[in-house]
Amino acid sequence: MERFVDPLVSKPSTLRVGSETIAFAVMVLGLVITPLFVYPLFLMQAMCFALFALAFNLLIGYVGLLSFGHALYFGWASYLSAHAAKVWGLTPELAILTGTLTAALCGLGAGFLAIRRQGIYFAMITLALAQMMYFFAVQAKFTGGEDGIQAVPRGHLFGLIDLRNDTAMYVVVLTIFLAGFLFIYRVIHSPFGEVLKAIRENETRAISLGYKTDRYKLVAFVLSATLAGVAGATKAVVLQLASLTDVNWPMSGEVVLMTLVGGLGTIFGPVVGAFVILAMQYKLAFMGEWVLVIQGAIFVVCVLLFRRGIVGELAGRLRIRL
Amino acid sequence: MFEVFGIPSTALFGQLLIGLINGSFYALLSLGLAVIFGMLNIINFTHGAQYMLGAVTAYLLLNYAGLGYWPALVIAPIVVGLLGILIERVFLRWIYRLDHLYGLLLTFGLALIIEGIGRNYLGTAGLPYTLPDSLRGGRNLGFMFLPNYRAWVIAASLLVCFGTWFIIERTRLGAYLRAATENPALVRAFGINVPRMITLTYGFGVALAAFAGVMAAPIYNVSPNMGSELIIVVFAVVVIGGMGSILGAIVSGFGLGVIEGLTKVFYPEASNTVIFVVMAIVLLVRPAGLFGRRT
Repeated sequence: MERFVDPLVSKPSTLRVGSETIAFAVMVLGLVITPLFVYPLFLMQAMCFALFALAFNLLIGYVGLLSFGHALYFGWASYLSAHAAKVWGLTPELAILTGTLTAALCGLGAGFLAIRRQGIYFAMITLALAQMMYFFAVQAKFTGGEDGIQAVPRGHLFGLIDLRNDTAMYVVVLTIFLAGFLFIYRVIHSPFGEVLKAIRENETRAISLGYKTDRYKLVAFVLSATLAGVAGATKAVVLQLASLTDVNWPMSGEVVLMTLVGGLGTIFGPVVGAFVILAMQYKLAFMGEWVLVIQGAIFVVCVLLFRRGIVGELAGRLRIRL
Repeated sequence: MFEVFGIPSTALFGQLLIGLINGSFYALLSLGLAVIFGMLNIINFTHGAQYMLGAVTAYLLLNYAGLGYWPALVIAPIVVGLLGILIERVFLRWIYRLDHLYGLLLTFGLALIIEGIGRNYLGTAGLPYTLPDSLRGGRNLGFMFLPNYRAWVIAASLLVCFGTWFIIERTRLGAYLRAATENPALVRAFGINVPRMITLTYGFGVALAAFAGVMAAPIYNVSPNMGSELIIVVFAVVVIGGMGSILGAIVSGFGLGVIEGLTKVFYPEASNTVIFVVMAIVLLVRPAGLFGRRT
C-alpha cells in the first residue's frame, strides 16, 4: 500500500541543508521584491493562506492526520480578531493574538475529540465539528450573519505604526509569515517532530516504544490549529473582513487542495500551493462557478497522477529535500 | 388535540414526522456509505452530489421528458447508478492500493465537479418539484395530520433499508459480498469476480443515494447544494453509528433524525447542531461508535 506521504521526498541527502537554505533565501527574496510588480494585497492574502496551508500540512504531512475541518480555526480566529479590532478597539497585534487564542482553544476541544478515532473517521469528525461551529457562526449575533464583520480597522501596530499604509502592513504580514514558517520548520526538525513522523509511519510501533502517541497527536493538533488561527486572524486585519466563507467547509477543502498541489509533507509545498491556487482563483474569477469545477478537476488529477505535488515532484527529480 | 410538556401534540408529532423523514434520508445515505466503504474501503464524498443528481434527474425527467415521479423513482437511480459505475471504472479503481485518505480526496474532487456543473446550469436557488397527484393530501390521525407523501417516504425508505440489509446478511450474494470484504484475495481464488462485484457494489450504493434524492425532490427543492450540506451531517451519523454494521447505520440514521426533530420542538436554536453534539458525546463515551468495532 502506498503511504499517504511518500517517504522518498523526505529522504535525507548530503545536499539537504544546502537546498533548503537556498530555497528559503529565494522565497524571502521573492517576497521582498515582488510587491514592486504584484498587487501587494494579493501577496498579503497569499501569505496568510500559505501560513494556513503550512499549519494544515503540519498535521497531514508529518503526523499523517487528515483534518477536513481546518476552516474552523481559520474562520473563528478571523471572526474574533475582527471583533476585537472593531468592537473592542484593540490594537492589531492584540486582535491577532485574540484570534489565535480562540483557534488554540477550538483546536484543543476538537483535537481532544478527533484523536479518539483514526484514519478516515478522523477526517469525518473534524469536518463534522467544523460544520457545527459553522452553524454557531451563522446563528451568533456578533458574526454579522451573511454580511460578516466588515470594515475592520487595521489600526496602529503597538499603537504607533499606522497599518493603513500597505507597505507597513506588508512588512507585518511578511514577518508573521516568516516567523510561522521558521517555527514550523523548527517543530518538524525537533525531537518532538521526529516522534510525530514515527507516529505517521507506524503508530503501533511508536506506542510500543513507550510514546504516549495520543498526547503527541493532540499537541500537534493544537499547534496546527493555533497557526491556522494566526493565519486567519492576520487575514481579517489585512482584508478588513471576516465572513462565513472563512469558516465554511469549502475553505477546509481549499486548504487541502493547496497543500496537495504544492506537495504533502514537503516544507515549501504548502507555500507554493497556496500561491498557485490563489493566483488561479484571481485569474479565473470571471468564470464564476466553473472555478469550483476546475478545483475539483485539480483534486482528481493530483490524486490520480500527481500525488507528490509540485514541490514533492521537484525534490524527487532533483533528489534534494525541499 | 392535547398537550405534551406544554407543546401542542400536532406540533410535537409534526416535528417527529419531519424527524423521521430526515432520518430516512440519513439512513439511506449512511447505508450507502457503509456498503461502499465495506467493499471499496473508500469514504464516498461524492455521495451527497449523487443524491443531488438523483433529484436533478427526476426534475429533468419531469420537465423535459414528461416522465413523472413514479418512472423517475426507477429511472433516476439506474441512470445515476450507471454514472457511478463509470466513475468507479474511470477513477476509483486506480486508488484501491493507496491510503484510504486518497479516496476521500478524490471523491471530494468529484463532488466539487458535479456540484459546480450543477450550479452553472441550475443556479443556486432551488427548483420546485411538483408532487404526484396520487400522493397528495393526507389523513387526520386525531393527534396529528399525516400527509400521504411523508408516510410514503418513511415506508419506502424503511423497505429499501431492510431490503438491503436482507440481501447483504441473508442471501448467497450477500455472503459473497461479506466474504470479499473480509478477504478479497481468497474470494477471488474461489473463482468469484471480485473487481466486478466492487464495481456493482459502488453502482448500488450510488443508486441508493439517487433513490433518496428522488424522494427528497418534492419535499426540499431541487438545488445543487442540497447534497453537500446533507453529506456532512451523514458523516456525523456514520461516526456515531460506525460503519461496521448495516443495521447500525439504519438505526442511527432514523434515531438521529428523530432526535433532531425533537430538538426542533424543544430548543429550535440547536436543531442544526444537535447531531454534531451527539457525535461529540458519543466520541467521549464510546469512542468506537455505538455499533462499531474499534478501528
